[in-house]
Amino acid sequence: MNPIWNIARKELSDGLRNRWIVAIGLLFAVLAVGIAWLGAAASGQVGFTSIPATIASLTSLATILIPLIALLLAYDAIVGEDEGGTLMLLLTYPLGRGQLLLGKFVGHGLILALATLLGFGAAALAIAVLVDGVALDLLFRAFGRFMLSSALLGWVFLALAYVLSSRASEKSRAAGLALGVWFGFVLVFDLVLLALLVLGEGRFSPELLPWLLLLNPADIYRLINLSGFEASGGVSGVMALGSELPLPSVMLWGCLMLWVGGALLLAYALFRRRAA
Amino acid sequence: MNAVELEGVRQRYGSMNVLHGLDLQLAEGEVLGLFGHNGAGKTTTMKLILGLLQASEGRVSVLGQSPHDRQVHRQLGYLPENIVFYPQLTGRETLKHFARLKGAPAAQVDELLEQVGLVEAANRRVKTYSKGMRQRLGLAQALLGTPRLLLLDEPTVGLDPIATLALYRLVDHLRQQGTSIILCSHVLPGVEAHISRAAILAHGRLQAIGSLDSLRDAADLPVRLRAAGIAQREAWLQRWRGEGHVAQPLGDAGVEVTLRRAHKLGLLRELLAEGAPDDIEIHQPSLDDLYRYYMERAHHAPAEKKAQPEEAMA
Repeated sequence: MNPIWNIARKELSDGLRNRWIVAIGLLFAVLAVGIAWLGAAASGQVGFTSIPATIASLTSLATILIPLIALLLAYDAIVGEDEGGTLMLLLTYPLGRGQLLLGKFVGHGLILALATLLGFGAAALAIAVLVDGVALDLLFRAFGRFMLSSALLGWVFLALAYVLSSRASEKSRAAGLALGVWFGFVLVFDLVLLALLVLGEGRFSPELLPWLLLLNPADIYRLINLSGFEASGGVSGVMALGSELPLPSVMLWGCLMLWVGGALLLAYALFRRRAA
Repeated sequence: MNAVELEGVRQRYGSMNVLHGLDLQLAEGEVLGLFGHNGAGKTTTMKLILGLLQASEGRVSVLGQSPHDRQVHRQLGYLPENIVFYPQLTGRETLKHFARLKGAPAAQVDELLEQVGLVEAANRRVKTYSKGMRQRLGLAQALLGTPRLLLLDEPTVGLDPIATLALYRLVDHLRQQGTSIILCSHVLPGVEAHISRAAILAHGRLQAIGSLDSLRDAADLPVRLRAAGIAQREAWLQRWRGEGHVAQPLGDAGVEVTLRRAHKLGLLRELLAEGAPDDIEIHQPSLDDLYRYYMERAHHAPAEKKAQPEEAMA
């Protein structure tokens, strides 16, 4: 059988065994249902408000959570095997380094995709069943796009985790780096962008700034999900820049995939240089 | 075709030279003991053969191919030192995973568990295994796919005497089937009878290689003879000292003589013919003694250019 699938299979069964899939799926489901019904509580309402508002709230939460989960899942993929002594052993098997890395990615990627599908899918079903008069086609289209892009965002951060894992000499170091990457992309990046905007006082070319959003996969993800609605109202902060971006959403999807591919290639290059 | 051939192999890590021109051959069905101190270059040699490292200089060929060849990896078994495996998997699951990766038949998993005596523990998580059990699981792993070349790194670490004996028996059995084996370790008690040749590495250079007999001849380490129940002990002692041997009394009527190997048979003949001893013990220099001898020699002359394996072979 294919060595990539053999590696992936082990990761997947590990994910089932240590209940990662169930835990992440459950977390997603609870959050999604909670946000759908309580999201408007601040404005004094309880109950489902609208699909765009739900997706907008879910997106801001998922932007923070999904990268963290993906990094947690995969930060020890290479360095963990190395510390256990199994990396050296695996490399004496009829198995290339690329196949090992790709196998890990397929396994972890399936774990994330399954958890996303189960968690958010269940929430979408709950809304469809429990809310009267909801536009089903709009609901499933919005949730479909949301789930697919969430999985893709997770994959980007899985690949980034492999970059760290291939590079780090100890597991604890990889964990620290993972936290740094999460912090950088999810929090710092937008702040820096805002600071540029404010301090630059218009000196930056207004055409250039929106493109900088593409340097952050988390921002691309938000753009994909928020730009889906004409008057979402949830758009704020740096996301407002996105509306000036002359890019069709297909290109945004493409950029996210480019991030996956690029990070995987970088991880492979670093893994190849790693001493066995 | 030789199972392993190393020719003039040098290995550098940055500015550090780990191997200085290593030549080594392993014939098919041969068991080579690779001995050396920590940092002597044993592990580096293993990694070169396993294709985990690229030699800085020289030629490495394994089963007639490059060690980086995928087909070679299929026919190769490796027991790493101190393997932890995946703590959350059971022994059987671990072995199944590795069998799939190696393309070994699934039926072999249970056979091997039986062979290394892990049947009862097969469904327990590896986390609960003792060091010896992990070592045996590692051995089973190395035997997946019936390899033609087996590399065992410190295989007896953590094994009790009975398990050690079982391991040596297995080595003998595999050797009869034509498997080539490299056994890498500090010197092991009892390994002598199970290896065809020994190679002693120190400071990245081969100090000696050959069968134990040829190494003993080359090293010319003294043999110790002990005899008990000799009537005229003093006379014998005087005579041996006169011949230049080191002789001393031992117990009531016993003696201990230390002499060169070449004089062993002559002295024995005389002793048996005239001394009428009750008992005789002969202590050949053990692998331990040889190892210590070559290590000390390497230590005293680290600047000496290259070890002469030919000399040792003679």
